[in-house]
Amino acid sequence: MAIDFLVHEAADGVGVAVVEGLASNQEITGWVMKEDETINVKIISDIPIGHKVALKDFAVGDTVIKYNTDIGKVVAPIKKGEHLHVHNVKTKRW
Amino acid sequence: MDNTIFGYRRENGRVGVRNHVVILPLDDLSNAACEAVANNVKGTLAIPHAYGRLQFGEDLDLHFRTLIGVGCNPNVAAVIVIGIEPVWTDRIVQGIAETGKPVAGFAIEKNGDLNTICAASRKAMEFMQKTSEYQRTECDVSELWVSTKCGESDTTSGIATNPTVGDAYDKLYEKGNTLLFGETTELTGGEHLVLERCANDQVRKDFQFYFDRYMKVVDDHKTNDLSDSQPTKGNIEGGLTTIEEKALGNIQKIGRKAPIVGCLEKAVAPTGPGLWFQDSSSAAAEQVTLCAASGFVVHFFPTGQGNIIGNPILPVIKLCSNPRTLRTMSEHFDVDVSGLLRREIDLDQAGDKLLNMMIRTANGRMTAAEVLGHREFIMTKLYESA
Repeated sequence: MAIDFLVHEAADGVGVAVVEGLASNQEITGWVMKEDETINVKIISDIPIGHKVALKDFAVGDTVIKYNTDIGKVVAPIKKGEHLHVHNVKTKRW
Repeated sequence: MDNTIFGYRRENGRVGVRNHVVILPLDDLSNAACEAVANNVKGTLAIPHAYGRLQFGEDLDLHFRTLIGVGCNPNVAAVIVIGIEPVWTDRIVQGIAETGKPVAGFAIEKNGDLNTICAASRKAMEFMQKTSEYQRTECDVSELWVSTKCGESDTTSGIATNPTVGDAYDKLYEKGNTLLFGETTELTGGEHLVLERCANDQVRKDFQFYFDRYMKVVDDHKTNDLSDSQPTKGNIEGGLTTIEEKALGNIQKIGRKAPIVGCLEKAVAPTGPGLWFQDSSSAAAEQVTLCAASGFVVHFFPTGQGNIIGNPILPVIKLCSNPRTLRTMSEHFDVDVSGLLRREIDLDQAGDKLLNMMIRTANGRMTAAEVLGHREFIMTKLYESA
């Protein structure tokens, strides 16, 4: 099955688009690499290649997990299927 | 993977994969004479740079270590050093002479550019003809010192390209190679994972020292959250959001098997095999130049958005897995591991693909960066000159 996005580990709250042209309202298929599982999510934003899609809802102040590790804090609410990037997530360092 | 490569066995026993005759300026003032010599004597390589005047203290020590280290690198067969005055020029010459390779120094004061260029060109011609007869001989692959640094990373770097380097590093560690990684600030958010890999308490203490020292530089000079610099604009365009996310991808390059056996100051060579951390900038040309100065002879450079860097004496093998980058700027890449994203190949196969390219490069295949003339040589400067 063709894969649209990859997830490092099942504990992660985000997936990464690995194909070009993923458009809002599309149902996309992902592969969780560590656990070797397939998952689906309906995206509600366009997701450029290499960019992240939220796999669950996030509230302001939540921690985003990728590689089963903290990669930063949520600064604007994010819905499952939405584009997650610098407009809604910031570093906890510096 | 082949267990042998054909390299140049140097006078001190080290193995190089290139046979450069370098025309090395001590200082910025001597760049013009060096470039003139390299123009006169075909096949030689001038390495111009910006510094060398009125530096002092640790910064001056680093300047000398970098230039002497580049001259000592086994990819260099012979060196002509040119400086404005003879004392510091000779300090570089004596440092390189310890390897036993041909080296000679020339000073411009009391001679002028033209007489200096004439005398240095005659010596460079002698070195070029002598070293052009050096032959490659069979060497064990474990004798290669291999360094790594990623650049213009994106999320595909952490998923595929950096883990490919990690797989290759695991395999080289088991063969007994000498391996290096650096990029101190780019471990921020994953420093606990690096600490877990340190071989003992002393290495952990040394790593923490270098990490804290670099964090102080950031804290002392930052004017914002570094969101204009680290991650870079290219990283953000490629989908990386925070330094933590970038660091966790970066750390994939050190694989899973090798303990970190020691931590090194900038431009200091390791003293034995295994995986070493070297404190360094995360700017590509600065870090790769430090690798060259520390004696490394092959470099793995994974990129996502397409960093095009090379180095004058250290072949930089470029690998990429981002299909858009591979499509739009294909001439810059030596190894395509985009099959990992499509599940067409596994990490073991990707690592072998990189190691195969490492052996071909060591045997003489020119990298994309070499063919395209990328010779970025950027010395790390610690602070203002006096």
